[in-house]
Amino acid sequence: MKKVSQIQTLIIDGKEVGGKSDESILQVAKENDIFIPTLCYLEGLSDYGGCRMCIVEVKGMPRLVPACTTLIREGMEVTTNSEKIHNYRLSILALLFTERNHICSACVSNGHCELQTLALKLGLTHVEFPYIFPKMPVDATHDRFIADHNRCVLCGRCVRACHEVEGAHTKDIMGRGITSRVITDLKESWGSSKTCTSCGKCVHVCPTGALTEKGKSVAEMEKRRQFLPYLKLMRERR
Amino acid sequence: MEKVKIATSWLDGCSGCHMSLLDIDERILTLLESADIVYGPLVDFKDYPQGVDVAIVEGAVSSDEDEEKITKIRKLTKILVSFGDCAITANIPGMRNYFPTKELYERAYFENADLNQKRPSIRIPHLLSHARPIHEVVTVDVFLPGCPPPADVIFYSLSELINGRLPDLKGKTRFGR
Amino acid sequence: MNFEELHEIAKIENEKRAQFEYSINVCVAAGCMSCGSLELLTSFKKEIERRGIENWCKAKGVGCLGLCSAGPLVSVQRYDQKSEVIYKSVTLDNVHEIVDALTGEPVGRLACSKEMSFFKNQQKIVLENFGNIDPEKIEEYIAVGGYEPLYTVLREMSPANVIEQIVKSGLRGRGGGGYPTGLKWTTVMKASGNQKYIICNADEGDPGAFMDRSVLESDPHRVLEGMAIAGYAVGADKGFIYVRAEYPLAIRRLKKAITQAEQLGVLGRGIFNTPFNFDIKLRLGAGAFVCGEETALISSIEGSRGNPRPRPPYPAEYGLWGSPTLINNVETFANIPAIIRNGSAWFASIGTEKSKGTKVFALAGRINNTGLIEVPMGTTLREIVFNIGGGIPEGSKFKAVQTGGPSGGCITSDYLDTPADYESLTKLGSIMGSGGMIVMDDTSCMVDVAKFFVEFCMTESCGKCVPCRDGSAQMYHLLSKITSGEGNINDIHMLEKLSDLINNTSLCGLGMTMPNPVVSTMHFFKDEYLAHVHDKICPAGVCNMKRGGRK
Repeated sequence: MKKVSQIQTLIIDGKEVGGKSDESILQVAKENDIFIPTLCYLEGLSDYGGCRMCIVEVKGMPRLVPACTTLIREGMEVTTNSEKIHNYRLSILALLFTERNHICSACVSNGHCELQTLALKLGLTHVEFPYIFPKMPVDATHDRFIADHNRCVLCGRCVRACHEVEGAHTKDIMGRGITSRVITDLKESWGSSKTCTSCGKCVHVCPTGALTEKGKSVAEMEKRRQFLPYLKLMRERR
Repeated sequence: MEKVKIATSWLDGCSGCHMSLLDIDERILTLLESADIVYGPLVDFKDYPQGVDVAIVEGAVSSDEDEEKITKIRKLTKILVSFGDCAITANIPGMRNYFPTKELYERAYFENADLNQKRPSIRIPHLLSHARPIHEVVTVDVFLPGCPPPADVIFYSLSELINGRLPDLKGKTRFGR
Repeated sequence: MNFEELHEIAKIENEKRAQFEYSINVCVAAGCMSCGSLELLTSFKKEIERRGIENWCKAKGVGCLGLCSAGPLVSVQRYDQKSEVIYKSVTLDNVHEIVDALTGEPVGRLACSKEMSFFKNQQKIVLENFGNIDPEKIEEYIAVGGYEPLYTVLREMSPANVIEQIVKSGLRGRGGGGYPTGLKWTTVMKASGNQKYIICNADEGDPGAFMDRSVLESDPHRVLEGMAIAGYAVGADKGFIYVRAEYPLAIRRLKKAITQAEQLGVLGRGIFNTPFNFDIKLRLGAGAFVCGEETALISSIEGSRGNPRPRPPYPAEYGLWGSPTLINNVETFANIPAIIRNGSAWFASIGTEKSKGTKVFALAGRINNTGLIEVPMGTTLREIVFNIGGGIPEGSKFKAVQTGGPSGGCITSDYLDTPADYESLTKLGSIMGSGGMIVMDDTSCMVDVAKFFVEFCMTESCGKCVPCRDGSAQMYHLLSKITSGEGNINDIHMLEKLSDLINNTSLCGLGMTMPNPVVSTMHFFKDEYLAHVHDKICPAGVCNMKRGGRK
C-alpha cells in the first residue's frame, strides 16, 4: 500500500511554499525556484547526504541540516543562504579542491563540470587551504571509458547509479577517509571487469571529469542525465 | 594626480596570462591614462621599483628564484594580484608535484636530451619540492582565476584597481576557462 | 525453565560453594591474562591437588579485579568470615606462599591493603560480580541472583511497567551521549512495526577505553539479561551484539554465555514458560571506529559498508533493515538487571540530580592505579585521579585529564573539583564519553596530544562527508607543521576555522566531535601552541622541532 502523503506548508527564505510530506526541503526548494547548491545529490538516485553543500538552517533545529535528506514539516522555517552558511559552503568547496588534483585547464570536463560551476556560482576565486597534491591513478583499461581519480570528489553518484539503476554494483568505494577511492569490482582494472555492463550510466552521472568517455574532446564531453528521472518513473509505474 | 604604478611579473607559468592582458587591445590606452606600467616582461626596467601600487603576478612559485621574487614583490607592493590559475592553484606547473625533483631533473636533462646529457654547469634556479600557489607563500589581496583569465575581466579588474577599488569577481571568471 | 528450577540451580551452586572454606580467585580478564594469569590458575589448581586440600579450597578464574596495573591479581576469599585478600603482581613463584598463608597471616608484601582508596571508595553496580563469579559459568551468575530480574519482568511486569521503571531510574545512555534510556525505550516501544530489534553496541574504540571489554569478559550474562529485558519492554524478539573483532576473549565468552543461556532456556523460545522469545546473535566489527556510530553500525550489520547516514530518521523509528531498533551501549544494558532487582528509586538515589547511578571509568596514562573503576556519578575528578587513581607517579606533575577519547576534551588542574557527570563535563568543553580517562603529566605536549587524536580521527573517518574527510586531513597537516616548528600564527587561526567548520557541518558524531581535542587544548593550553609557532620550542620537550631547540 502506498503511503498517502499530505500537503504541508512551510517558509523557505521568507517565501511561503507548499509540498508533500514525503518531499525533502531540497525538492520543495527546487519546485519553487529557490537555489540550493548540491553536488552528491542527483534526481533519480537515492539521497546520500555526503557533500554537505546543501546544508540549510531550520528554525528550532540545533544544527544545520542537509536539505536533500531532511523531509519538510508543517510550519518549518528554512533559511537556505546566510553569511554563515555561505562561508561554510565555500570552505567545503575549497576542501574538495585541495584533496585531489582538479586542474581544470587540463580536464576534459572543463566547462561542463559541476565542481567548477559551483566555484563560479559561489564565487570561490581561490582555495585558502594548502593543496595536498596526492598521486592518483588513472584507469584507462576500459574500451570506452576512463576513470581519472585525480578528478573524483567521492560523491558516490556512480556507485549509486551502478547499484540502484543499472543493478550491476560494479562500482564501490574502498578505504577510509581521505584515502577512500572508487573502485571497480574488488579493486580490479575496469577493462577486466566481468560485472560491468558498459552501460555508461556512471560516466553520465559523474559531476566532474573523473569518469569520462574516451575519444571525446573538451567541447564534446557533456554529460546527459535526463534519462535518470524517466527510468525511475517508468519503474515506479510498473 | 599622480599615476597609479602597476607592475607585472611572471613566475612559473606559460605567459598566457600576459597574452590575455594584451588581449584587452586598445583599451590598454585607457588604462594608461591614469596608470604606468613600471615593471614586467612587457616593459624594459631591470629592477623592481619602490612604491608599486598594484602588482599582477602570473605563475606558480616553483623555484628558489620565484620565492625570492615574490617575497621582494610583496615587500614593495601595496596590492598583490594573483593572476591566473597557475598563481592561484599551481595548475599545470603543479602537475609535477607528484614526482620527486630528482626525477624531474633526470627526465629533463638526461632522458629527453639527445646531446649534452648533463645538468647545466651554470647555476639554474633550484626547484622547490612542490610548485605552490602564491598565496601559500605570501599574502595575496586579489585573486583573478582563469586559464587564462578573459581579457574583459582583466580590463574590469585593472580599472577597478586603478580607481582604488577591489574588484568583485564573483561569477565573472572561474578556474579553467 | 521456571522460577523453581532457576532457584534450584542457584541453590545447588551455593551449596557447592559452601563446601569450601577458601576460594582462590584468579583474574582471567584480558589484562591479567596477558601477564600469565592462566598459568597461574593452573598452578594454583595443581598446588591444591598436590596438598590434598581440594575439600576445603578451590581455585577458579574470575572477571576483572580492577587494578589492572598490578596484575596478575589474585583474590583469596574466606567464605565463613566473608573476608578477602587481594594479591597483586603474583608470579608462579608466589603460589606456594599464598597457599601456605591461607590459614595464617596473608603474605604482607604481596597483599593490597583493603583500606586502599582504590577499593574502598568505589561503588559497584555494573561491576558488582567482578572478581567474584566465573564468567564462563552461567550457574555462578544465577547463584548471585542472575536472571531473576528477567523472570520478574516476564512473569510479573508489563512492558509499560518495565519502561516506567527505567524512566524513573533516570538511567542515561552510557555510550557517551547521555540520552535518557527510558525515553529511547519508549520511542521504540511506540514505533509501529511487526519486527523490532535490540542492538548492543560493543564496538568500543576510544583509545584508552576498556570498560565494555571488561564487562563482556567478566560478566557477559549481565548484558544478555539486560538485552532480553529490553526486548520484552519494547517488543523485540531479536538482538544483535556488535562487538569488535579485536576483542577475541570477549567474543569467546559471549559465545559461550549465549550457548549456555540458550541451553538453560533463559534465551530462545518461550523464556520462563511465557510467550516471549528472544534470540541474540553476534556480529563482529571489522576494525572501523566509525561503526560505533549507530547508523554506521546498523549499515555494517546489514552487510554494507559501515558508513553513517543522516539522522533523522533515528534508528528508534527506522533502524536495522528499516525496522524500529533499540541501540544501547554495553554498560547501559549491564545496569538494567540491577535496576529491576533493586528498584528505580534505589538507582535514582545514587548520583547527581541529572546523572543517576554510577559510571565505570577506565583509568589510563600517567597514573599510579591504571585500571577499571566504578564510582557514583558526580564524583569529582580529583577524587578519581588522586584518591582512587592513586595520583601521578612520583617526580612529575599533573597536567590534564582527557575524557571522552577522540571526541572529548582535556580538563586541567583548575577544574579538578568538577563533578564527573554529563552536564558538568560538557560545560568544560569535554564530554563524559564512554568512560575512558587518560591522565597526562608534564611530560605530555598538548599540541602533540591534539595531533594524536586528530590523526586517529583522520584515519578512522569513513570518507563519506567532505568536512570530516578533508578537514581532518587539513587539521592533521597543520598540527604536523606546528609540531615540527614550521607553523605560524595563521595556522592556528586556520585550525580554529576548520574546527568550527567540521563541528557544524559534518554528517555524524565522529566528525562533529572530532575537533574537540583541538578546541579544548587550544583553550586551556594556548601558550603551548604559541610557544610552538612563535618561539619554535616545545615546552614539554616532546616535539621534534626542525628549527630551534627544545626548552
